[in-house]
Amino acid sequence: MTKLLEIKNLSKNYQTLKGEIPAILNIDLDVYDGEFIAIVGSSGCGKSTLLNILANLDNYTSGVINYHKKNLKIGYMLQEDALFPWLTILDNALLGLKIEKKLTESNIAYVKNLLQTYGLGDFLDKYPSELSGGMKQRVALIRTLAIKPDILLLDEPFSALDYQSRLAVSNDVYKIIKKEHKTVIMITHDIAEAISLASRIVVLSKRPAKIKSIYEVKLANPSDPISNRQDKKFTTYYDQIWRDLDVNVA
Amino acid sequence: MSMSPEQKAFLAKRKKEKLLIRLIQILIVVSFFILWELSAQHGLINEFVFSKPSSIFQTIYQLILANNLFNHIFTTLYEIIIAFVLGIVLGFGIAILLYEFPLLAKILDPFLTMLNSLPKVAIGPLIIIIAGANIKSVITMALLINLIVSVMTIYNGFQNIDSHKIKLLNSFNATKMQKLTTLIIPASYSTIISSLKLNISMSQIGVIMGEFLVSKEGIGYLIIYGTQVFNLSLVMSGILILIIISFILYKLVVALEHKLLKNKS
Repeated sequence: MTKLLEIKNLSKNYQTLKGEIPAILNIDLDVYDGEFIAIVGSSGCGKSTLLNILANLDNYTSGVINYHKKNLKIGYMLQEDALFPWLTILDNALLGLKIEKKLTESNIAYVKNLLQTYGLGDFLDKYPSELSGGMKQRVALIRTLAIKPDILLLDEPFSALDYQSRLAVSNDVYKIIKKEHKTVIMITHDIAEAISLASRIVVLSKRPAKIKSIYEVKLANPSDPISNRQDKKFTTYYDQIWRDLDVNVA
Repeated sequence: MSMSPEQKAFLAKRKKEKLLIRLIQILIVVSFFILWELSAQHGLINEFVFSKPSSIFQTIYQLILANNLFNHIFTTLYEIIIAFVLGIVLGFGIAILLYEFPLLAKILDPFLTMLNSLPKVAIGPLIIIIAGANIKSVITMALLINLIVSVMTIYNGFQNIDSHKIKLLNSFNATKMQKLTTLIIPASYSTIISSLKLNISMSQIGVIMGEFLVSKEGIGYLIIYGTQVFNLSLVMSGILILIIISFILYKLVVALEHKLLKNKS
């Protein structure tokens, strides 16, 4: 597998009036083409900071990020669908391309095709308010895919959904990502979600976030995320990660 | 599609209710005038102070005959509209500046608060000295009153934009200008539209206040002139005309708002 990204000794401190707060500390991580990495950590541990740094939305204090591909393109899918209510579904999906001034005919055709393939073909001229939560999340994903990213960053992409839709949508999104052969880094605090989706799980400690452990997920019968939850090795991973997270229920 | 009897009955009931409301409203206005007229004629209220509808209509009729009532109305309307448009355009521009340059907003914050809380009429005499005893002073006065409100409303709208959407645009490396045109302005569309309503009321307050301070024409001038010569019928006529003008302007802005919002969402 080709290496896409190399993170070495990455640290980030936040500056506040009351002093310096270390958010992440000495993170080392290699990202390979086609991987699905889930980063698990308790809330507020600094995993979002890591994702923001990778998306170039935040700077870091020390360390190195090596890109092993020229002009490596990163797509970011947020927790909220953040669709613009005054734009049609098609225009929403084309937003990234419009900003990057790449509204070429072939790119538009590519986005239309994605919308068509993933069950949104009848909604091109509709507005976000007419769509279900799961559909909106799919549009948000397609909006990110539209710019043809090499690496897809997912920031708890399902946490705004209720439990039922969450399972269904994660199944959908997983299928789309696999079909489009994308490399993914997803952050989540949901251990089950991480095991059911990821090929590799990085467990972060509490703030400042350090890498506590890394698991290669090798399920007995890997399938789609919903079925993966029934896998016999699922609970083994779950128990280990739960212990690693060291959650204090006081 | 044919309507069910229930639907028909429902619609008929609604229509009837609407008609009833309108009728009662008209009745209130008419009886108010009749009561006013009768009380004045029978000495229940002081006719000199409160005038009476027949004298008011007489005064309005004479004003029309003297051929300058419409001049007064036109002057006031002209001042209101100029102040209104300037207020919106400048308010929008200043709000964008404040939003795009947060440092500027932080520096100006106490001054804006001061300006906002200052009773603007207090600087009226100063405006007259600077701008002269003319229509410019009236418009400046109105602008002073409506501008700060427009700026605050639109700027607040900008600040309340969903931070996720801004983050999204940042992830696409959007420029400041792109953020402004694709997100900030369209997202504050309804805020800007609803600031119109506030602005039209403020413009009217400002214009009448300005006309009270300095004017040779306008409804405010009629009212203040009437007070000075103790012609209370003239004062009442001015107020009555003003009520009608402001009611119509308000309805126009609301209609405009409906139209603009309907096209957008």
